[in-house]
Amino acid sequence: MTAASPPQVLRAPLVVEFPFTRSLGPVQSAFLTGLRERVVLGVRTGDGRVMVPPVEYDPVTAEEIRELVEVAPAGTVTTWAWNGDPRPQQPLATPFAWVLVRLDGADTAILHALDAPGPDAVRTGMRVRIRWAADRTGAITDIACFEPEARGAREPDARPAAPHDGAFADPVTGIVAEARLDYTYSPGRAQSAYINALAERRTVGERCPSCHKVYVPPRGACPTCGVATTDRVEVGPAGTVTTYCVVNIKARNAMSDGIEVPYVYAHIALDGADLALHGRIGGIPYDQVRMGLRVEPVWTDGGRYPDHYRPTGEPDADYDAYKELI
Amino acid sequence: MPRTSRYARDVAVVAFAQSDHLRRTDELSEVEMVMPVLHEVLAATGLKAGEIGFTCSGSSDYLAGRAFSFTMTLDGVGAWPPISESHVEMDGAWALYEAWVKIQTGEADTALVYSYGKSSPGSVRDVLTRQLDPYYLAPLWPDSVALAALQARALIDAGETDEAALAGVAARSRAAAEGNPHAQLRGAVPQGEYQVAPLRTGDCPPIGDGAAAVVLAAGDTARRLCERPAWITGIDHRIEAHGLGLRDLTDSPSTRLAAERAGLFEAPVDTAELHAPFSSQEVVLRKALGLGPGDGDGVAVNPSGGALAANPVMAAGLIRIGEAAARIHRGASDRAVAHATSGPCLQQNLVAVLEGDRA
Repeated sequence: MTAASPPQVLRAPLVVEFPFTRSLGPVQSAFLTGLRERVVLGVRTGDGRVMVPPVEYDPVTAEEIRELVEVAPAGTVTTWAWNGDPRPQQPLATPFAWVLVRLDGADTAILHALDAPGPDAVRTGMRVRIRWAADRTGAITDIACFEPEARGAREPDARPAAPHDGAFADPVTGIVAEARLDYTYSPGRAQSAYINALAERRTVGERCPSCHKVYVPPRGACPTCGVATTDRVEVGPAGTVTTYCVVNIKARNAMSDGIEVPYVYAHIALDGADLALHGRIGGIPYDQVRMGLRVEPVWTDGGRYPDHYRPTGEPDADYDAYKELI
Repeated sequence: MPRTSRYARDVAVVAFAQSDHLRRTDELSEVEMVMPVLHEVLAATGLKAGEIGFTCSGSSDYLAGRAFSFTMTLDGVGAWPPISESHVEMDGAWALYEAWVKIQTGEADTALVYSYGKSSPGSVRDVLTRQLDPYYLAPLWPDSVALAALQARALIDAGETDEAALAGVAARSRAAAEGNPHAQLRGAVPQGEYQVAPLRTGDCPPIGDGAAAVVLAAGDTARRLCERPAWITGIDHRIEAHGLGLRDLTDSPSTRLAAERAGLFEAPVDTAELHAPFSSQEVVLRKALGLGPGDGDGVAVNPSGGALAANPVMAAGLIRIGEAAARIHRGASDRAVAHATSGPCLQQNLVAVLEGDRA
C-alpha cells in the first residue's frame, strides 16, 4: 500500500458528435421548405404581428398560431456585432457581422451572418438582403448570409406580408441537427493513477479511509462515505467471477471484432478489491463458466487493459468469500 | 425573524462554500473538485451527509462531454445509505430553487445544494451554442460572446451605455474581486482587444473551473445551525421567449417580474449580487432591478467581483446567492438581492431576496 502520489496529468482528445434527427411541425416545415424555394415565410399572431422566423405558439398568449405569410428577402438591421475571428462552424470563414434583421413585412428579427468588408460598413438601420446558398436542403443555412443592399437599390418594402398557404411540393418534414464538440479529457488524479498502472499491467484501486473498502477502478471518492479515497492499493491480478451473463448477439463495434458469440461477460472481484469490475471470460467454453470461478487477466501485446480473463485452474471460491461483492 | 413571511416555512441559507476558481484543473476529476467544497459547507453546519434531508445539484453534461456526468459527483456526497437526491441541468441557483420548494413542502428540513462546472476541457463558447434552438440558431453556431455583443450593441444604440461605461463595469468588478480570494481575475485587468465588437476581452467573463455549495435549513433548524441565517424572504424565476429577435434585448422584463414576485421592491437592499457574465448585462440588470446606474446609491453591487471575476459555468449563479448570504452571515448586509441567469442574453432569470435578523 502506498500513499497516493502527486498527479501525472493524462490528457486525450475526446470528440462528441450527435446528429439529432428532429421532426418539424407544420410551421417550421413550411418555413424551412420555403427557404429551400427562396421564399421567406412568417407567422401572424392573434394581434396581427408577423414573426420571422415563425414560431408555433404566440410567445405572449401561448395561443397556437398557424397563419403563414410571405415576407421580403430584404430588411433592416436592428442590432449587430462584429465577429473578427470566426469560429470553425460559423456561417462565414472570413470576418463578418452577426446581425438581427427585421425583414420587410415582419415585426420580429432573424439572426444570421452579414458579409461585410469591415465593421465600418455595418450600422444599425442599414438595409440588407438574403444571399441564398447554392445548395439548399431546407435548413436555416439555406440562407448563406445577408449582404448589404446597394445604396438606393431598394426602399424598404412597404407592402404588408402576403398570405401564403405554406404548401410546397416535397415538403421538408425533418432536419438532422449535426453537432461536433471537441474536448481534451483529463481523468483526474485517481483515474490517472489507475490508467498509468494498467500500462505496467498492474491494477490499482484506492481504499476509503473511513470504511476501508477498496474501489477498483478508483474514482477518487468513496460513494458510501463521501470522502476522498487516499491510499492506493494494488489488487489482483487474479479474481473471482461473482456473476455473469452469456452474450448471444454480436456487437457492431471494432472492439468486438474477432469475438465470437456466444461468449461470457462477467463481474470479477479482483483479490483485495471490494468492488467487482467487468470483463470478458475466455479460455473456457461459455457454458462452463460459473459463479466462484477463479480467473486471471490475459494481456495482449500493446493492449492497454486486459483483453479478457481466463481460468487460473484453482478450486472455485466459496460463495461466502464473495457474496458481499455480487 | 424575517421581515416578511410570504411562504409556508421560513427557509434560510445557513452555509456557503466555493472552490478557488481556476483557468484549468486538469489534475482533478469533477468529484475531486467538488468534494472539498461539500466537506467545507457541511463542516460549517456540523451536519453529516446522512443528516441532510434533500440534496440537489446543478451541472451540464455538455461541459463535461459525457452523459449523466452528475452521477460521478454523487460519489462525493455519500449516497449510501440511499439519500433523497435530484439534479437540474442548469445553474445551481435553480437547484437551490428546487431544494427550497422541497423544504416548503415539509418533506425536508435541510438541503445540500451544489453545482460545478469545468469549462477547461472544451470550448465553452461553442458548447453553449448547443443550448440554443436547434432549428434556427444552433446550426449557425452563434457563440455566447457573439450573442452578448448583439445585446451590448443594442444598449449602446439605445443610449443606455457606451464602451467606456462598460469598461468601467469591468474595472469595478475586478477591483472588488481583490477582496475575494476565490476569484479568478483580480485587480487591474486590461480591457484588451475586441472579442466580438463591441465587447472586448475585459467585458467578457474568464473561462474557468469551479464549484460551490450551500446548505439550506428551515425555521429553528436554521437558527441552530447558523448564528445569523440568511432568510430567503422571496424567490422567483421567470423566462422569456427563446428567439432573440422576439425580445427587447435592452431590457429584462423577466428579471423585473421575478424581483416583484420576490418582494424586492418592498424595501431597500444594501447588497446586490448580480449574475452578469458580460459587463453589458449588468447595465440591463441594474435597470430591471431599479439599482441605479453606478456607485454612490448605497447599494454594494457585486462586492465579490461577480461573474466578471469568476464564472464557473453552472455554479456562478449559485455563488451569487451564496455571496449575498455570506454577507448577511457576517453582518455586512441586512437585506440583499441575489440574481442568477441562464440561457443567451439573460433569457432566464432567478431573483432571491435574503434578509438577516436585526437586533
